[in-house]
Amino acid sequence: MVYLTRKCEFSASHYYHNPEFTEEENRRVFGKCANLNGHGHNYTLEVTVKGDVDPQTGFVVDLKELKEILNREVLEALDHRHLNKEVPEFVRQIPTTENLAIAIWNRLQGKLNVAKLHRVRVYEMPDLFVDFYGEA
Amino acid sequence: MKAHLTRRYIFSASHRLHCYKLSEEQNRAVYGKCNNPHGHGHNYALEVTVSGQVDAKTGMICNLVELDETVQRELLERFDHVNLNLCPEFKAVVPTTENLSEAIFHILKQNFRAAHLEKVRLEETAMNSFEYAGDAELTP
Repeated sequence: MVYLTRKCEFSASHYYHNPEFTEEENRRVFGKCANLNGHGHNYTLEVTVKGDVDPQTGFVVDLKELKEILNREVLEALDHRHLNKEVPEFVRQIPTTENLAIAIWNRLQGKLNVAKLHRVRVYEMPDLFVDFYGEA
Repeated sequence: MKAHLTRRYIFSASHRLHCYKLSEEQNRAVYGKCNNPHGHGHNYALEVTVSGQVDAKTGMICNLVELDETVQRELLERFDHVNLNLCPEFKAVVPTTENLSEAIFHILKQNFRAAHLEKVRLEETAMNSFEYAGDAELTP
């Protein structure tokens, strides 16, 4: 079993706001992320897939194909978007990096033909990242 | 107390992805520009992770000098500044980074006994990396 990780970047804006909280609670829980005018990040996404090496091609997965899937399923939907306003997953959910990692996992799950999805890692900042391995 | 230690090494090598079982056209379709006849090269970054009990006297899992010497002798001298397609390891298999990771793991496993080899991680470019842990699965 070989694990392959592909990295890509996207930029998006968001804010954290729970309509069930009072304004004061939103400010207390989410701090400056609660500012309804939003703010943005350069996100780095690392997608790890696993599988056996094909004896003929020497590949676990065709990297070009993986790149196309990432572009189609993730980057086109998220890059240069406002996550709260333009991405269906975040109409009701708060676009935290945790929820973003889960949403990206769900977008990719089932889209890979040969290899199996192992991990989605999303960096919101160089010093903060979330890993999601699917439901245990 | 068990701990993990990872050491990073850099080497540069060229390769061409081409499978003799496939036609010229199939090779181009599968490998794209990696199939260019004259090959191309990468600066590979290799991370070797070993694990073991921390020795009460030395405070170490294993002697890093010994790991460095093994990697230098068995891997860097073999793969640094060479054409991977000409290495005996890639006579029968295509030198993809998947296959290179497996080859490196097995060479190290055979030659480094001072600690348990957990995995190797090989970066082909800043955007792609590969991990191999032998028969073991990677744990979060």
